[in-house]
Amino acid sequence: MPAEPSILLRRVFPVPPDAIEEAGKASTEVRRLLRGMGAEPEVVRRAGIVCFEGEMNIALYTKGGRIVLVVREDRVELLFSDRGPGIADIDLVKQPGYSTAPDWARELGFGAGMGIPNMEKNSDEFHIFSRVGQGTVIRATIYRRRDDLGRSGKEA
Amino acid sequence: MTLAEVCELVGAEVLAGEELLGRRVDKGCGADLLSDVLSVTEEGFLLITGMVTPQAVRVADVMNACAVLVVRGKRPPPKVVDYAREAGIPLLATEKGMFETCGILYGHGLRPTEFRHLSDYAG
Repeated sequence: MPAEPSILLRRVFPVPPDAIEEAGKASTEVRRLLRGMGAEPEVVRRAGIVCFEGEMNIALYTKGGRIVLVVREDRVELLFSDRGPGIADIDLVKQPGYSTAPDWARELGFGAGMGIPNMEKNSDEFHIFSRVGQGTVIRATIYRRRDDLGRSGKEA
Repeated sequence: MTLAEVCELVGAEVLAGEELLGRRVDKGCGADLLSDVLSVTEEGFLLITGMVTPQAVRVADVMNACAVLVVRGKRPPPKVVDYAREAGIPLLATEKGMFETCGILYGHGLRPTEFRHLSDYAG
């Protein structure tokens, strides 16, 4: 197996729990960093959406966590991890419209059950690992060149 | 049309980004559900919304929207106005409701954005 392309940039963004006013800051910073590196506008756009949805999920539903941005020559990776509560049924949360959002999240305009489906749609590779009571890890990959899509066997 | 023309058409007040009113805008998205805004698949649109929370401007920022137009006479709190100013997102406010605002702008050539339909998520 060929070695992974070297890392051009790595940044860690802590996401505190219940800091709804702050939520989204990491995503705007991710956009800014990617633009600064000359990433393709479509890659910046998709990474911004994936990051924002993931950031909102951590802020709204978990005990806090972090986002790691890794930029390689051929891809952007976003790793989301949190300290729980975990997801019992991953297939269910991937279904458009499924939501466990409390009313206050809906009043802010979120909680329509589209967060995880939207993250998946804007990623070329998307994986969720979760353990109830422990936490969730999501790995989203966006390839920077269309010809790299073949590796994932999936259309954007 | 330019943002200045948008303001004139719907009688909007400029709360932030006075210097950016020359920006051109061709497309609009009217939504209070920010999850719907996040399904838009292009940038540079006018976000027309009844939401005045920091998240409305944050979503506009993340989606690289052209400006935010708040409807129905609502006034975002000062910290939201400050955030819009810092982020370089013009923040406009009209007394008109969502339906009328969208209707006027559509009638003058503003077009809907492309967005992901629910059926796109199947499979």
